[in-house]
Amino acid sequence: MTTTVAPTMPWKASPRERATDTAIFLVALLSSYTTVAITPMKGKLAYFAVFFIAYALLTAIFKAQQRGSAAAKDALVNSLVAIGAIVTVIPVISILATVLKNGLPGISFGLFTHDMALATPTDPLSNGGILHAITGTLLLVAVALVLSVPIGILTALYLTEIKGRFTGPIRFLVQAMSGVPSIVAGLFILSAVLYPITKAYSGLMGSLALTILMIPTIARTSEEVLNLIPNDLREAGTALGGTQWRTVAMIVLPAAKSGLVTAIILGVARIAGETAPILLLTGGGDKVNPNAFNGPMGSLPYYIWKSFNAGSPEAITRAWAGLLVLVGLVLILFTSARFLGSRKAAK
Amino acid sequence: MTLQEVTIPAPREITTEPRRSDKVFRAVVTSGGVSSLVILGLIALFLGYRGFEVLRQEGMGFITHSDWSITTDDAGNVVESHFGLAAMLVGTILCSLIAVVIALPVSVFCALFLNFYAPTWLKKIMVTIIDMMAAFPSILFGIWGFLVLMPSVEYWAKLLHRYLGFIPAFDMQVPVYTRSPFVAGVVLAIMIIPIITSVSREIFSQAPLDRIQAAYALGATRWAMIKAVVIPHGRSGVIGGAMLGLGRAMGETVAVFTVLNIVFQINWQMLLGAGGNVASLIILKFGDASPYEIKALMAAGLVLFLLTLIVNGLANLIVKTTGKSGR
Repeated sequence: MTTTVAPTMPWKASPRERATDTAIFLVALLSSYTTVAITPMKGKLAYFAVFFIAYALLTAIFKAQQRGSAAAKDALVNSLVAIGAIVTVIPVISILATVLKNGLPGISFGLFTHDMALATPTDPLSNGGILHAITGTLLLVAVALVLSVPIGILTALYLTEIKGRFTGPIRFLVQAMSGVPSIVAGLFILSAVLYPITKAYSGLMGSLALTILMIPTIARTSEEVLNLIPNDLREAGTALGGTQWRTVAMIVLPAAKSGLVTAIILGVARIAGETAPILLLTGGGDKVNPNAFNGPMGSLPYYIWKSFNAGSPEAITRAWAGLLVLVGLVLILFTSARFLGSRKAAK
Repeated sequence: MTLQEVTIPAPREITTEPRRSDKVFRAVVTSGGVSSLVILGLIALFLGYRGFEVLRQEGMGFITHSDWSITTDDAGNVVESHFGLAAMLVGTILCSLIAVVIALPVSVFCALFLNFYAPTWLKKIMVTIIDMMAAFPSILFGIWGFLVLMPSVEYWAKLLHRYLGFIPAFDMQVPVYTRSPFVAGVVLAIMIIPIITSVSREIFSQAPLDRIQAAYALGATRWAMIKAVVIPHGRSGVIGGAMLGLGRAMGETVAVFTVLNIVFQINWQMLLGAGGNVASLIILKFGDASPYEIKALMAAGLVLFLLTLIVNGLANLIVKTTGKSGR
């Protein structure tokens, strides 16, 4: 004869506990509503703040009565941790929502087919567009890529394959370099290249500054990727009689290919929206300029900056539309980097 | 059976000497690797070289005085000039300290949430969001901060002043709340939260699992476990992360320039709408600067470069040493 016993799950919340939780939640909601109504505090943030303080305190007090001070502290930290997570996410949602809301009215087909050569930021939105800014940003990024990818990947190779005398210092310096403020990179190109040599604004100057900002991102991510390549592969290459050069070129780099692409995309995402050095170095033209080495070069950040500072409602809408395009670009890059990265991890 | 002609290959040369291809390879890679050293050195060298004249003329006054004026005669010669960064340096430090004070608790709680509270699916989503936030361009934070965030921050600044005005930091004589260091600090805080969160998350995830399980086995609540195991393990790593955030906040240009009102006067009152920032000064003055003033801006850039380099270097050292001891 068998007896069936319903499994008890003591860790699950009983109906009574659930009821008290709901009650606490409702009381906190109510108290936040009344506090905002009677005190001078106003706005969504006030509701949010009062609600969380009330909720955290109420749960803590309730737990203290039920299970003592350790449980009360635990409950309090539970709420705090949740607040931390929510506060981190709120700005992202707010930023994306405002960019979409304010940027969409400025997006039209003409925006992508015209430049600002015959229009000023304060013109009606039907005049002019961001063609020059998009081509400019693409050119700036392309030249920066050509310069920074070899240096970044060579640095990563030095750190993982050669492991020479300078490995420690170079790893340290690459990290220090990733902290160089973008304005300093701009000033450096200004003082070292633009004033003594070319004496004129051009896309190349901007790309040089972006290169400095991009190298550390590429180098650090590539180093991580190359470190994941199993040493067996290198040893196998050497055992087959390959020189180090052939092992790296034929085995290690192909094995790390998608990871390296991820590193490059992350580098592009890092610099696509850089503004400070662009303002100092490119001159910000309003016409489509296909030559990165000569003449002022427009770009999305410059366009946004110029429109935003022009101040009229049309100009601000232009700035938001530019931001929407820029954020879209960064998000596409970021998502593709994620996708490539996760596909590699799955293998 | 016929004799077969057998050619014996010449014995292969056995040597530890690297082949020529390897020598070239090593030389190329090493030169690529040393480039970061060269670039950093060149930055310091060129900014120092361009700013030398101004630095020599102003001496220590460059970082202890706070007037920024230049007078030229009709021919464009410099008659008189005073360049001092004190107000800008104070402003930079004030803004970035506010940012770290706000961002640190939020990031640490968020990192704890991600590591020890969140279910896996939520963790994945949130990590993606936070990494994405780190890739947002700074001009986006600046314009969003100016048009969306500033009105509500101003409102909270007024409340802070009314109820906590007896604390010197929240005190002010003239009620001007717009474009204050506090607003800039909040914008910077939002920008550095992803950095501090991801560093803290990394450090917390290295907390020894056996000790975590031991704490739970002894009946610890989640908070008791965190207090006993995770915090002692991750404390200095979190400090390093906070310093990385501080370095980033100090060098931030466009976002701060958009929301901060720059005034050449030392101001420690964070709610008052008058602040300073070295990086923003460079953008502000660059547009119509004479060649001599450009030199002063180069010197300011050098000061900023050295400041961020020191902060970042220390931060990386701290993060690195804790990362090792954790394993």
